[in-house]
Amino acid sequence: MSTVDATGGVAAKSSPAAEGHPVATPGQRERSFRIWRGTAEKGEFVEYTTEVSEGMVVLDAVHQIQAEQAGDLAVRWNCKAGKCGSCSAEINGKPRLMCMTRLSEVPDDQPATIAPMRAFPLVRDLVTDVSWNYEVNRRIPAFQPRKPDFEDGTWRMHQFEVDRPQEMRKCIECFLCQDVCHVLRSHGKYDGFIGPAFLVRAAAYELHPLDTADRATYLKDEGGIGYCNITKCCTEVCPEDITITDNAIIPLKERVVDRYYDPIGKLVQLIKRK
Amino acid sequence: MASSSPPLEVLPSTRLGATQRIDHWWLAPFAVAVGLALCGGYATWAIFQGQNYFAEPYLSPFYSPCLSAECPAEVRLLGITWWPFSPAILIMGAILGFRGTCYYYRKAYYRAYFMDPPACAVEEHRGSRYRGETAFPWILQNLHRYFLYLSIPILAFLWYDTLLAFRFDGGFGIGVGSVVLLTNVVLLSGYLFGCHSLRHLVGGRTDCYSCSRFPEARHGAWRISSIFNRHHMFWAWTSLVFVCLTDLYVRLVAMGVLSDPRLI
Repeated sequence: MSTVDATGGVAAKSSPAAEGHPVATPGQRERSFRIWRGTAEKGEFVEYTTEVSEGMVVLDAVHQIQAEQAGDLAVRWNCKAGKCGSCSAEINGKPRLMCMTRLSEVPDDQPATIAPMRAFPLVRDLVTDVSWNYEVNRRIPAFQPRKPDFEDGTWRMHQFEVDRPQEMRKCIECFLCQDVCHVLRSHGKYDGFIGPAFLVRAAAYELHPLDTADRATYLKDEGGIGYCNITKCCTEVCPEDITITDNAIIPLKERVVDRYYDPIGKLVQLIKRK
Repeated sequence: MASSSPPLEVLPSTRLGATQRIDHWWLAPFAVAVGLALCGGYATWAIFQGQNYFAEPYLSPFYSPCLSAECPAEVRLLGITWWPFSPAILIMGAILGFRGTCYYYRKAYYRAYFMDPPACAVEEHRGSRYRGETAFPWILQNLHRYFLYLSIPILAFLWYDTLLAFRFDGGFGIGVGSVVLLTNVVLLSGYLFGCHSLRHLVGGRTDCYSCSRFPEARHGAWRISSIFNRHHMFWAWTSLVFVCLTDLYVRLVAMGVLSDPRLI
């Protein structure tokens, strides 16, 4: 006789667990991880080995290590569903969400390296201080809707007109794109460049059919959009598959070109207005 | 803007190419570097050659439109007499400028040749002297749309040449070369139609389509350009390789090495 458990699995009436033996989950085996431990002043990679099973993600393994071997391991996480953007890290050198990276995607012939994001100051272990991003966010010229179309204070627009800004609204603020962007990561242009995440934010406003604000000067000067040299790493790492470079950064760069680098275009616009 | 503490130095080294990546990250930039060098090298040689670029009714795409007085009468346009060099050089600037400032190729050569960065999350030459596209020479990338303007009539001439490639002895016919030229111009059109600047100019700059004139036409143009733009890398590479192969085919026919079989 057997019973069906809550997850739909079939459990034998007399299981090894009931007899006090450890249960071997199908596909369970040992895997090693090299996890960064320490602060900005002092730290090193520490190797841990733990039992993993089919379907586990990197965050599961980190939690298991935290529960069994390293109770003081600092890791930021929240939803485990790829929607909160908290568990960003660098897995084998690639910026990724730990909760969305299955262990089966990570080569198992050597210990998997898990490091904190490099572009931000380290707090401890896998946790970085991403507060710089929130300061940047506050400086982007806000969304300014045009006057309402109707007396009841509402507007009308077509879905196809908001498709573009809606793609930008998928951003979960994981800051993986900021982490991988070489302008921040390698050249440290924190004072002159807002990074791909906030170019996406600016595009969400700028491409909106109701918005009336002019951000060309902001994007060129304070936003530092000219620092972006289109290497598309931000697009490669985005867990929400936002086409950051093609649909956000380049359209904004083209708007800056309209304003500052296209005298003939400006002349044509001027004549058309008259 | 707020300043920040220096980023974490987890890597033991920040030397060029240092990374924790364990995949073959160097393969893509290496392949791009080789591919661009081969195509660029061949194109430069073909452009400066100045001969064997016409085998009736085929004109090499590097020489279209053929503006010099040296051009064969069948394809001669303007007949510029003061130009002593290869006629291809007259139009080379527009083509080179269009490809060179293209948003896709920028990514390709910044990574492959300037290693800025060589690949995502791979170390490059560090330093605060980085100026990206804010200063000379890379600020000139902003002229991309002007090269687009110059490339549009060139593409129109290539289509005209392709139509001529289906005319044999005053009547309709199809040779292998006709198919080669047609494939070439289709790939070049796919590349140009997906150009980011074109996408912006035909409709991308518009936020509120319903507030503008010709909303459906504008959005439709933007949408069609976006379809090509989604695969801009594909069109960029296939059109680059094929334009070289097309020139090679015409050249070999002109030299008598190939006979150009007639299909119809």
